[in-house]
Amino acid sequence: MTTSNPGIPVEPSVEQKRPSGPRKLTKAEIRASEAKTRLTSPWATGIAIIMAILWTIPTFGLLITSIRPQASIQQSGWWTWFTNPEFTLQNYETVLTGSSTAFGTYFVNTLVITIPAVVIPITIALLAAYAFAWIEFRGRDLLFVAVFALQIVPLQVTLIPLLSIYVDVGLAGSFWTVWLSHSIFALPLAIFMFHNFMKDIPRSLVEAARVDGAGHVRIFFRVLLPLLVPAVAAFTVFQFLWVWNDLLVALTFAGGTPNVAPLTVRLAELSGSRGQDWHLLSAGAFVALIVPVLIFLFGQRYFVRGLLAGGVKG
Amino acid sequence: MSDTQTPEKADASASDATAGKHKNPVSYGALAVGFFMILVFAGIVGLVAASFFDAVPEITWPSFLVESDTAVRKLGLMVFVVLLFVGVMALLLFMVDSRKRVPNWTVAIAFVGPALAALLLGLIWPGISTLIQSFYGRSPWYDPERSEFVGMANFSTLFTTPEFQVVLRNTLIWVILVPLVAVGLGLLYAVLIDRTRGEAISKGLIFLPMAISLVGASIIWRFVYEYRAPARPQIGLLNQLLVWLGLEPYQFILNVPWNTTFLIVVMVWIQTGFAMTIISAAIKAIPDDIVEAARLDGVSGLRMFRYVTIPSIRPALLVVWVTITMTTLKVFDIVRTMTGGNFQTSVVANEFYTQSFRQFDFGLGAALAVLLFVIVIPVVVYQVRQLRISEEIR
Amino acid sequence: MALNHKRRFTALSGVLAATFVVTACGSGDDGGGGTDGGSGSSAIDCAPYEQFADIDGKSVSTYASIVAPESDAYEAAWKPFEDCTGVDVKGEWSKEFEAQIVVRVQSGNPPDVALFPQPGLLQTVVNDTGAVVPVFEETEAVVDENFSEDWKAYGTVDGTYYGFPNSSNSKSFVWYSPSAFADAGYEIPQTWEELVSLSDKIVADNPDGSVKPWCAGIASGDATGWPVTDWVEDKMLRDQGADYYDKWVAHEVPFNAPESVEVWDAVGTVLRNPDYVNGGFGNVQTVASTSFQDGGLPILDGSCFMYKMASFYAANWPEGTDVSENGDVFAFYFPANEGSEEKPVLVGSEFIAAFDDRPEVRAFTTYLASAEYANLRAKEGFGFVSANKNLDVANVDSPISKLAAEQFQDPSALIRFDGADLMPGAVGSGSFWREATAWIAEGKDTKAVLDSVEQSWP
Repeated sequence: MTTSNPGIPVEPSVEQKRPSGPRKLTKAEIRASEAKTRLTSPWATGIAIIMAILWTIPTFGLLITSIRPQASIQQSGWWTWFTNPEFTLQNYETVLTGSSTAFGTYFVNTLVITIPAVVIPITIALLAAYAFAWIEFRGRDLLFVAVFALQIVPLQVTLIPLLSIYVDVGLAGSFWTVWLSHSIFALPLAIFMFHNFMKDIPRSLVEAARVDGAGHVRIFFRVLLPLLVPAVAAFTVFQFLWVWNDLLVALTFAGGTPNVAPLTVRLAELSGSRGQDWHLLSAGAFVALIVPVLIFLFGQRYFVRGLLAGGVKG
Repeated sequence: MSDTQTPEKADASASDATAGKHKNPVSYGALAVGFFMILVFAGIVGLVAASFFDAVPEITWPSFLVESDTAVRKLGLMVFVVLLFVGVMALLLFMVDSRKRVPNWTVAIAFVGPALAALLLGLIWPGISTLIQSFYGRSPWYDPERSEFVGMANFSTLFTTPEFQVVLRNTLIWVILVPLVAVGLGLLYAVLIDRTRGEAISKGLIFLPMAISLVGASIIWRFVYEYRAPARPQIGLLNQLLVWLGLEPYQFILNVPWNTTFLIVVMVWIQTGFAMTIISAAIKAIPDDIVEAARLDGVSGLRMFRYVTIPSIRPALLVVWVTITMTTLKVFDIVRTMTGGNFQTSVVANEFYTQSFRQFDFGLGAALAVLLFVIVIPVVVYQVRQLRISEEIR
Repeated sequence: MALNHKRRFTALSGVLAATFVVTACGSGDDGGGGTDGGSGSSAIDCAPYEQFADIDGKSVSTYASIVAPESDAYEAAWKPFEDCTGVDVKGEWSKEFEAQIVVRVQSGNPPDVALFPQPGLLQTVVNDTGAVVPVFEETEAVVDENFSEDWKAYGTVDGTYYGFPNSSNSKSFVWYSPSAFADAGYEIPQTWEELVSLSDKIVADNPDGSVKPWCAGIASGDATGWPVTDWVEDKMLRDQGADYYDKWVAHEVPFNAPESVEVWDAVGTVLRNPDYVNGGFGNVQTVASTSFQDGGLPILDGSCFMYKMASFYAANWPEGTDVSENGDVFAFYFPANEGSEEKPVLVGSEFIAAFDDRPEVRAFTTYLASAEYANLRAKEGFGFVSANKNLDVANVDSPISKLAAEQFQDPSALIRFDGADLMPGAVGSGSFWREATAWIAEGKDTKAVLDSVEQSWP
C-alpha cells in the first residue's frame, strides 16, 4: 500500500484491509518518487520554505511573547527578545494556577466534550454520505442539496431555538447538549465532504462487491470505509480542533460553571474583566494548542498514499 | 423538507414490501428499523412543536446522566455515551444487514435517518425560524406580546443604509479572495512538499494557524500589524520591517481600502492549512499507475501538475473551495476583534452578529442571515450542476 | 479534583474574621481573600434575613460579566450571607455575558440574579423580554436606606424600578504620572482652561513632537468608540450644564443641536489635535486603532502626560506600577470650567436585577443592597467601590477607588450617569460609537457625525 506498489489501482476486493501505517521508504524509492511528481526542485524547495516561514513567524512571535514579562510585551517588539532575552514562566503559571478551579478540571471537561463530539458526527455523516452516494432512493439528490445548503446557516441563529428545547427537556447545563449540538453542526460539511469523496470511488469496485452478494452494510464497511481513511482522518483532525477551540456552543448550552466549562472558558477569562491582562492570552493560546497539534501529527499516519482511488472514473 | 418527504416515501415502499412478502421473506428486523426511524422523526417534530407551545412535560433524568461533578463521573459518562451511540448504530446496521430480502427504503432510512433527524432538530428548524423572523421586528416572532410583522421592512432597511453597500462590497471581496488564495496556496504547498522528507512537520507548520484559537490569533496579528509612531519602537512586525527598510510605518488596519485586504490575510493564513490538508490527502490518493503512465508518455514537471495532478484532485479542490467559501461568508470574529467593523471593513456576517447580539434586533439580524443564504445560492446551484454531471459520467 | 473541591470548600468556609485579616494587608490582586480557614457563625447580622421563610438549603444562581480572579472576591463577599441563611449562591462568570444573557432569557433559561455591566442592557432586556422582576419591596427598602434618589432613576424603566447598583466607577478622571509632573514642574490643573494651557505648555516644552501632552485609545473590539462618548458626556456636563445633559440623554434636544456641536468641537481640540495626541502611538488616527487598555501606558515611559479614563483603569497598569498619589501613576479630577461652582462627576455602574421571585432570591438581593455587603466586598479588593452611601471609604482598597468613593459621597458633587448607557441601544452602543470612531479615524466633519447619529435615533 505504498509507492512501491505501482501499477495496479486498488483491488476490487471486499477483503481490503486497513493500512498498518506507512512503512519507511528506502532512499532510492524516495528519490524515484520525488522525480515523479515534484516540480523543478530548487525552486520548489525555496517556495515551500518561504511559505512555511511566513506561516510560522507570527505564531513564533506569540511563543516568544508568552515567555516575556508583561511590561516588555507592551513596550517592545517580540524580536527584541533576541538581543535582550528575558525569560519568565509567570504567564504560564498564571494560566495554569491562576483560577480557583484547577486547570485539570477544564482539561477533563474539554476532553469529555470533544471525544463524543468527534466520534458521533463522523459516524453519522459517513453513513448518510454513503446513502447519498450509493443507495438509490427517491428524492435523494434534492435531500442531499438541502443538507449541503445547510452549511450556510450561521451557528448563532440556532442558539435560542436549540437552547429552548434543551431547557424544556431538562438537559440544559449538561454535557449532552454540547455533544448533540456539536454533532449536528458538523453534519452538513461532513456529509458533503464524505459524499464527494465516496462518489469518486469507481463504480466497478462497488459493483464487484455487489455481485459477490454483499449488502449495503457490508459494502460500506468492507469496500468504502478502508478507501476513505485519509478523508476521515483529515475530517477527524478538523472536527477535533473545532470542538476543542469552541467557546460559544459550550458556553451557551452547558454554561460556564466548573462542572462543564471547557478550556476555552478559562482562556477567555484570562484577559480579565476588562481585558487588562491580555498579555496572558499568549501563554493560554499555547497551552490550548498542544493537543490539537499532537492530534494532527498523529493523524498523518493515516494520510497514506494509494488508499483512495480518487479521480478514477470506473 | 425531510420530514415531509421521508414518511411519504416510506409508505409507498412499505406497501411494496408487504406485497412481495409472500414470495420472499422480508427481514422484520429491517422493517422494524425503518419504522423506528420514522418514529424518531415524528418524535423530533413533536418535540420541536411541544417546545414551541411550551407543552413539554417535565422530565427527571437519572442523576448519573446529567450530573457531572467529578472527573471520574465525567469520563464515565463520556465512555457511556460513546458506547451507547456505537451500540445503537451497530444494532441499526445489524438489523438492516439481513440475509433475507431487505426493502431498499429501510436501508436508506437507517443510513440517512440519524443525520436527518439531527439536522431537523438543530439546523432546519432554527433555519426556518430565522426565515420567518426576517419578516418580523426586533422581538422573537413567536412572542405574542411583542412580535410585530414588518414584511420586507428589514430588507429595505438594509439596502437603504448608506454604509451597507460598503459591507456588501467587502463581503464579495472576502468571498472571492479568501477561497482563491487559500486554495491556491494550499494546493501549491501540498504539491511542493509531497513526498519530501519531514513532510509531516512541514504540513504541521501550515496547519498550526488552524489549531490556534481565535483569541490566540487576534494577539498574533496584533503583533504583526500594530502601529507606533515612526520615532518609537515598533511592536508590530510588519512595521518594524518597513522601518528597517527605511520606510515609514503604515497603519495596516486603519487605512482604507487596503485594510480589508490585511484582514483577509488573516483568514487566508488560517484557511490555507485546511485546504492544504485536504488537498494533500487527495494527492496521496492519485493512483500510481496514472502517474506512471503519464511519466512513460514523457510528461513531467508543470505539465504533470496541469494534466495529471489537477484533474485527479478536482473533486477535492471543489470540496475545499465550497467549504472555504461557506466558512468565509459566516466568519465575523476576525473583523469583530480587529476593527469591530469600523474603518469600512465590516462584512455581512459581522453586521448579522452586531444586530443580533449587540443590538438584539433579531429581525434585522435574521434578515442578514437570510442575505447570507441568498449570496450562497450560486454555490448551491453550482454544486447541483456538478452532481448532475457526475451522475451522467457514471 | 478532590483537592480542588477541598480548596473551594475551605475558600468558601472562610469566615469574615479571616477576611478582615486578609484584606487588611491584601492588595487588589491577591486573588481575593477569605482563603484562610476558620470556623464560626456569620460575620454579619443575620436578623434582616430571618423574615424570609424556608430558604435554608435552597440555591440562587447568579450570572455576571466579571471573571476570575475578581469573581473570587464576590464569592467571598457572599459567604456571610450563605452562612446566615443556608442559601447556596451559585456564581457563573463570563465575559460573553452581554450576548449570552439575552440568549438565555429568550430561551427560558435565565439566572435568578444577574449583574448587568450597564443599565442600557438591563433596559433592553426589560423591554425585549419582560422577564426581569421589579426590585422586591424588602430589597427596595434597603436600597432606599443606602442609595440616593438619582441612582434609583438609572435602574428604572418606564416608571418601574428594576435594578440597583453593584460596583460603580467614576469616569471623570485624568491619569497622569505624579513623578513626571513633579520632574517637569507641572501642576495639576484645577480648571479646563488650566488643563488646556498645561497641554500647550507641554507642547512648547517638547518642540520636537516626540512627547505629546495626551495619549488616547478608543479601540475595544466591537465596542470601539466608547471612550469618546465618555469624553463628550463629561464635556457636555461641564459646558452645557446638568439640565441640558439630561435633556440630551432623553433626546429632548436633538443630538445634532448647535450646543452639541460646540461640545464635540471642544473635545476635538484635544482628541483631534495633532499637537496634543497621540503620545507614544503616532498621529490622531492612531487614537482609533489603539486599544483603551493600552491607551495610557505611554505615561509610564514619558511619551505622553495625560490619559482620560475611568477609575477602573487602575487594573491596567503593569504589575509593579506604583498607583498612588506620589507614585508612578495616579489620576486627577477632570476639571470643571473656570468659574464653575459645580463639580460634575460622570459615573458608570453595574446593576443588579432578578429574574425570579422566590424567597431566597428576595433574601439575596436584599443582602446585595445592604451596606454590609458593600463594605465586605470593598474589603475583598480589586478596586471595588460602590455608590452605597454607607460604604466606609476606609474599606476601599485602591487609592484611586477611594478618590472615586469620595466623589460619590461628596454632597457638592453633581453626579450624572454615563449617557450612552442610558440611550437606546441603536445609539448608545451603536451609532454613537461608530460615528465617534469615524470622527477620529476619518476626520469626519463634526456636524455630519452628529446628523448621522441623530438620524439613527429610533
